[in-house]
Amino acid sequence: MSRTPERSTMHNDVVDDSPFEVRRRTFLGFVLAGSTLTVAADLSLGAPKAMAAVPSAPQIPEFYDLGDLQTDAALPTAQLITVVINKDGTASFEFPRTEVGQGILTSTTMILAEELDLPMSKIKVTMAPARPELVLNQLTGGSNTTVSTYTPVRVAAALARQRLLAAAASLFDANADRLISKGGVITDPVGGQTATYGQLAELAASNVVEQLEVVLRGRNTFKVIGKPTNRLDARAAVTGQKKFTTDLDVPGALPTMVCRAPQHKGTPKRLRNKAQILKMPGVTHVEMVDTGVAVRAKTFGQCIDAVRAMKVDWNPGPADGESDATVLAELRRAELPLVVPEIPGATVIDTDFAFAFRSTAALETYSAIADVRSDRAEIWAGLKVPILCAENISLMTGIPVNNVKVNVIDGGGSFGHKLFSDHALEAAQISMKMGVPVKLMWHRADEPRHGRLHPMATSRCRAVIVNDQVVSFEQRHTSVVTDFSHGLGEILTSMTDELPTGLGGLGFSESIFTLTQELPYNFGAVTQLLNEVNANYATGSMRNIYSPDVATANELTIDLIAKKLGVDPYQFRLNHLKDDRAKAVLKAVAKAGNWGRKMPKGMAQGIAVHKEYKGATACLVEIDCRPQTVNRDLGVKETYTGPRVTKAIIAVDPGLVINPTGLRAQMEGGFMDGMAMTLTASCHLKDGKFLEASWDNYFYTRQWNVPPKMDVIIVDSGIDQPGGAGEAAVAVSAAAVACAFTRAKGKVPAFFPTNHGEIGFRVKSFEPPIPASPTNGLKTTY
Amino acid sequence: MPKQTFILNGKSVTVDVHPDVRVLWVLRDILGVTGPKYGCGINVCKACTSHINGKAFNPCAVRVGDLKDQDRVTTIEGLAATDPGPGLHPMQQAWIDRDVPQCGYCQPGQIMAAVALVKKVRREGREIRESDLDKIRNICRCGTYHRIREAIEQGARNMK
Repeated sequence: MSRTPERSTMHNDVVDDSPFEVRRRTFLGFVLAGSTLTVAADLSLGAPKAMAAVPSAPQIPEFYDLGDLQTDAALPTAQLITVVINKDGTASFEFPRTEVGQGILTSTTMILAEELDLPMSKIKVTMAPARPELVLNQLTGGSNTTVSTYTPVRVAAALARQRLLAAAASLFDANADRLISKGGVITDPVGGQTATYGQLAELAASNVVEQLEVVLRGRNTFKVIGKPTNRLDARAAVTGQKKFTTDLDVPGALPTMVCRAPQHKGTPKRLRNKAQILKMPGVTHVEMVDTGVAVRAKTFGQCIDAVRAMKVDWNPGPADGESDATVLAELRRAELPLVVPEIPGATVIDTDFAFAFRSTAALETYSAIADVRSDRAEIWAGLKVPILCAENISLMTGIPVNNVKVNVIDGGGSFGHKLFSDHALEAAQISMKMGVPVKLMWHRADEPRHGRLHPMATSRCRAVIVNDQVVSFEQRHTSVVTDFSHGLGEILTSMTDELPTGLGGLGFSESIFTLTQELPYNFGAVTQLLNEVNANYATGSMRNIYSPDVATANELTIDLIAKKLGVDPYQFRLNHLKDDRAKAVLKAVAKAGNWGRKMPKGMAQGIAVHKEYKGATACLVEIDCRPQTVNRDLGVKETYTGPRVTKAIIAVDPGLVINPTGLRAQMEGGFMDGMAMTLTASCHLKDGKFLEASWDNYFYTRQWNVPPKMDVIIVDSGIDQPGGAGEAAVAVSAAAVACAFTRAKGKVPAFFPTNHGEIGFRVKSFEPPIPASPTNGLKTTY
Repeated sequence: MPKQTFILNGKSVTVDVHPDVRVLWVLRDILGVTGPKYGCGINVCKACTSHINGKAFNPCAVRVGDLKDQDRVTTIEGLAATDPGPGLHPMQQAWIDRDVPQCGYCQPGQIMAAVALVKKVRREGREIRESDLDKIRNICRCGTYHRIREAIEQGARNMK
C-alpha cells in the first residue's frame, strides 16, 4: 500500500490585486434584522456567466453543463442563506444541502472559517429542513454542491466579519482598516484593545435589513481552504454516536417494514391472513399500501417475521414477462442509426457494448420516519430533494405544504438513491393509514428487487479514419428510461427558455445527456445521441448518470483506434485531447503509473481520461486476470473474486480544491464504484423479477477486490472556482478498468459487468420476499 | 414474557423480550444502543459487527435467548473501555487519523471487525497480512476500503 505525499500545492502567484480582480470579487450581501448579527447572501451569487464566454464549441458541456443549469436555476429569485454570529462567539449556518458522506458539511465549514477568521470548532453547519421558498435550490446532486454554494457562503461569511470589524471599530473608537480579526477575536494593534465575536455579536446586529458591499479574499491569502482537513463527524462515526434515520428516537415511531411483490414494482391485491399476522409477537398494526403490505411492531426482527408469514395475493409488476434478454432486444430495436456515409478508402471501427441493470442502493437501506396526523405531517429521512418530498406528501395527504415538515437527516450513503423520496412517501402513506408514527426500514432484499436501478443500456460507437486521421466519431447510447422526476426535470422545465441553443425540444433525459456528455478529443465530426425506451423500471442515476457507460464505450473504442493506427494508446489520447487540463491529468497518471511497463501474460495496464463537473480526471490501472487470481478461494461460498486490479492511480484536476483530504476520499470511493460497474456489480432480470437480494448476490466491491496499491494525485491548474468531486472518478475508473481487462484478456467484452453471464449465487425466495434471520451467529465468531 | 439477561458494555442488562428476537433488535429497538447498524439482517454485510466475549460476532444472526447471563456483549459504544489506555481505542484513533469514514454507516462494524481480526491473528502468533485484509467481508458502499486497510495496520501497531 502506498500513498504519495501531499501534492496539492496552491498557486501563490494568482493575480489577485489588480483593480479588475477586486472589482470582480465585490458582491452584495445583506445584514438581516435580528438581536444578534445575522447576515445573508443570495444563493445565486457568483454563478459563472458561462454563456457569455461561449466559444464556437461543438459540444454543449464545454461551455454550459449540468452544473451550470443547476446553478442558474436560482438566478431569478432572491434565495437567502443565512449565517448567524451567536452571543457565545460561535457561528451557525443552516445549509440547504444534504450530507450523505461526501463531506460537504466539513468543506463548507472550512469555507466559512476562511472568510470568518473563526476556528472550525466554533462553526456549526447543520442541514436545513425542506425550505419550499427555495423552489429549485435545495437539490443535492450532480456533484454541484460546492460549485453552486462556494461564493454565496463566502459572501455571507465575509460580510459577517466586515460587520464585526465595524462594530469593533466603533467600540474601540478606531479605524476598522487597522483592526485584525483572528480566531474569533478582533484586536486593535495600536490601542491594544480586543473584543471577541461573541462580545460584538449584538453590537454588530441591525434593526433593519441592510444591503452592503463586500469584497472576498483572494486565493493567495487562503489559510483554511486547500488545507487537508479531516471530517468533522469522524469521531461521532467511529464511536457509534453519529445518528442516521433509524437511530432516531421519535416518540411512538415503532419499527415498520413492508412485504413486497415478487415482481419489480408489483402491487398487492389482498392479504389473506391479516388476523394471524396481527396476533404475532410484537405486531401492532398491519395495513395494505400502494407498494405492499406494511407491518408495524415492537422490533424490526418481529417485522421481518411478520413479513415472512404474510400470505398475499399480488398483481404483476409492469415488467411482467421481461428479462435481461427481452429488454436488451428492445434497446437494440430502439438504437438510433449511425449516419456517417461510407467514404471510399476509409477505415471504419464499430463497437457495441451493453450494460446491465445496477442497484443504486446505499448500505443504509431506504428508511424514513413519518408522523402524519389529520392536519400536519412530519418526516425524518435522508433526502437530497426535501422540498419535492414535502410537496409530494402534501399532494398525497391533502395537508397544506406549510404543515409538512421535512427534517433532513444524515444519509448512510446515497449514490443517487436519495434523490428520490420513495422511502419518505411510503412511510407517510403507512403512517396515514395506520394513524400512528412509523419508523420505516426497507429490508436489504427489497433494495435490488424494488429499489432504484441504474438503467440497462447499450452504447454503440463508430469511428471513421481517413489517412490515419479520425474524421468522425459517432455514439448512440440507448437506455431504459431514466427517471428524472426528482427535481432536475422540474429545473429543466423552468429553464426551457434559458437553455443554450441545441437543447430546445429535447426531452429531460436527452437534455441531461447533452448537458453531461463531452467527448474530450479532437475527432472531427462528433455526435453523441441518446434514445430511451421502456419506462417499466424504478430507475435513477448512480453516482454519475450516463457517464460511466458512455466513457467505457468511448475509451474502449479509442484503444481500438490507436491499435488500428499502430499508436500507443496513451500517446494517441495525448495527441487528440483538446484540453490542457485533460492532458495534464493524463500525463500525471502515465508518469506515476509507469505507463507501458512490461506485464506478465494475463496482466495488463489500462488508461483513460474523462472531463466532467468542471474538471478532468485520468486513471491508470493494472489488472491481474490470471486464473490463480480470478479463481482465488477465500473459503466462503458466494464470494465472487474475479480479476484483481492490483494498482490504481487517479489524477484529478477539480479546479480549486477546498479539502484535499475529502477530495482523495471521493476519488478512492469513485474508483471502487467504477471498478464494480465494469467487473462485478449487476442485477439480473428474469420474468419481471430481479434475482439479487443480498450483498453476496450483488457484487459491489469488497476488500478482496480492492487494489493493494492506490494513489491519488491532485493536479492544480490554478483555477479559482471549485468543480465537482463526488462523481468525478467513477466514469474514468470504469473505463480504465475495462481497457485493462480487454488488454489482459485479448478480447473486447460485449457486456458489462464482465461477470454478468454467470449467476454466482443461490437465488433467494420471492415468497416470502425476504430471507429469514439466521440463528447460527455464535458459530461464526472470530 | 421471559426475561433475557446478558452483560452489555460492562453492565448486566435484563430485557423483557421473546427469546427468538435477534440480539441486533434487542440492542437497537429495545435498549437504544444504535452503534451496530442494520445492513442486511442475514450476516452478510457485517455492519452490525460487535464482540461477544472478546470475539467478533454479528448480532443480527443470534437469538437473544441463546445468550447466557455471563456473556459479555461489546458494541462500538463500549469498545474504548476495553482498552487499557485513555480516550479512544487505538483502532478508533487510527480511523480518525486516516480520516477513514465517509457516510460512516458501516464504520462501527468495520472497526469492531478490525479489532477482532488483529486479536485473532495474534492468538495465532503473528501480525496482520494483506491476505487477512482481503478476507474482511464488511461492506463499505462509499468505498473507503483502501483507508480501512491503512488504518488497520496503524491500529494494530498501537494495540497492546
